[in-house]
Amino acid sequence: MSALLEFLKTYMWPLIFAVVIVAVLPLLAGYVVLMERKIMADMQARLGPMRVGPHGLLQPIADALKLLIKEDIIPENADKVVFWFAPVISVTAAMLAYSALAIGPFFQIAELNIGLLFIVAVSSMGIFGIILGGWASNSHYSLLGALRSTAQMISYETAAGLALVGGVLLAGSLSTREIVQAQHGGTWYVFVAPIGFFLYLVASIAETNRAPFDLPEAESELVAGYMTEYSGFRWAVYFLAEYANMIVVASIATTLFLGGWLRPFQGTPWMDFLDFFPPLCFLAVAGYCFYRTPKQPEPIQSMVMALFGGLCLLLAAAMALPFVPAFAASKPGLHGAFWFLLKVSLYIYSFMWIRFTFPRFRFDQLMKLGWYFMIPLSIVNVLGLGVYRVLRQLQWSRWPAFVLTTGGTLLVAIWLVWNAQKKAAAPSSVGDMTEAEG
Amino acid sequence: MTPAQISQYAFYFFAALAVVGAIGTVTVRNVVHSAIFLITSLLATAGIFLTLGAQFVFAVQIVLYVGGIMVLFIFVIMLVNLDVALHQMQFKRRWWVAGLLALALGGQFGAVIYYSRAGGVLEIPAARTGALSPQNVQQFGLALFEKYALPFEIASVLLLVALIGAVVMTKKRV
Repeated sequence: MSALLEFLKTYMWPLIFAVVIVAVLPLLAGYVVLMERKIMADMQARLGPMRVGPHGLLQPIADALKLLIKEDIIPENADKVVFWFAPVISVTAAMLAYSALAIGPFFQIAELNIGLLFIVAVSSMGIFGIILGGWASNSHYSLLGALRSTAQMISYETAAGLALVGGVLLAGSLSTREIVQAQHGGTWYVFVAPIGFFLYLVASIAETNRAPFDLPEAESELVAGYMTEYSGFRWAVYFLAEYANMIVVASIATTLFLGGWLRPFQGTPWMDFLDFFPPLCFLAVAGYCFYRTPKQPEPIQSMVMALFGGLCLLLAAAMALPFVPAFAASKPGLHGAFWFLLKVSLYIYSFMWIRFTFPRFRFDQLMKLGWYFMIPLSIVNVLGLGVYRVLRQLQWSRWPAFVLTTGGTLLVAIWLVWNAQKKAAAPSSVGDMTEAEG
Repeated sequence: MTPAQISQYAFYFFAALAVVGAIGTVTVRNVVHSAIFLITSLLATAGIFLTLGAQFVFAVQIVLYVGGIMVLFIFVIMLVNLDVALHQMQFKRRWWVAGLLALALGGQFGAVIYYSRAGGVLEIPAARTGALSPQNVQQFGLALFEKYALPFEIASVLLLVALIGAVVMTKKRV
């Protein structure tokens, strides 16, 4: 008994954080889905979900409930065991990645020396959930979707990994905490390695199978790709894995390129008024909620709206807590988490924006983009950042080194595009890319 | 439970998992199930690396073997017609060769265990206890690029040759 207590004492905070992540993540993913539907509706001049709760605010809960009580169908000739655990692999891999992410300087499950590598390794295992699920369904659409997905993920994982190597090169560490601290007081790496950030943005969209790279689930060709045969709660688990993965890649990009939990303009004293932004932001949202409360059509909807307003007020109070001198020590933890989550949300917003803006690629276009453009450019990008690091060590000032290396990488990018266009103008010079469907 | 105890239990857990996975890999008839067992075994091996405090090797094991090679394995398996493959004879059963090899391997392991007991010729270093080394990646890099620079470079040239060979062999005549 005392041994157990000892164990709990040593690992209390990591355990609590792990429980919080597992409990909050599905809810968060549900609300990311709601935000996506709302933003899509806004961009397409519609209203989006409006019925369940005021402005559809309770829609994710209703959706989850519906999926929970749906009939669970397993195809007759499916490999039942694999069919059962494939979605679980996907979601486990996505959730495990959070154990090394630092959401603020305080909220982190485990500080690992190999943090970033661990996250990449663990989240690369999620692909097994997709390919095994597609295979176990015993359906042509599922299998084709799974094969496409694998080919796509392998191709773009290389580019994403090399883009990350560039950032790691600048930070000189793989630990998420040290990477953020290396950006403290200096510039965020998105301004040092903009091409690396761009490469990671594109590759991470491809890796999470989202439009314009959503060929594994292209509904006009493959019904729903690898999850065609899945329904009810198993389907929901896949969906959760997809959105959890989105949050993971957004968190990686935030940590490595956007300064993690650091406030913008950390080193500039006259920008310190930004410290008041977190509570004021929640206060504004709460005010809007209360403003809309009397305008709801049903009294119950007014109540829910007021409840959401109250929740925002509570959050605003929590964010204002560090301004009370007695609780000043809580500032890095609370505000760090706020800035981190804000940056993650903005990154996910850009995902959605891109999804609603660009049409889907054809499969051969996707492979060409991956192998002929992204991977060569990411290799050159790593070389460029290595040169940047050496130049900085040779006491070059920031701008000449930046212009030289980023300009060089840009020139290579332009050459790659020019070359591809020349090739497209003169076909049959090189053999066609074979499609992965085989 | 102290961290040392936890790491001991973790070792036994991962070791058992690795053995079960390896047995499953060679005994199961379905190729995809076999691949899943192999993945289990590789992951368990990664876990053993972790109990030894080799974080970097743990991550690389997962990135390379599980995330890279096994994904390609399964990718190729998916392209094979499994229903036909299931009814074909998969192996030539040469029990005497297998038995001989197993005996030789068992003899080697037995010898290692016998000679490495307390006061033996081969000495097993004491198990690591306590916190993991915080400079794991740095140590690894230094060892690779200073102490073992030549073998490392030779291995990378070998890989490069294989890479270029693959490209040359699959390239169509222009």
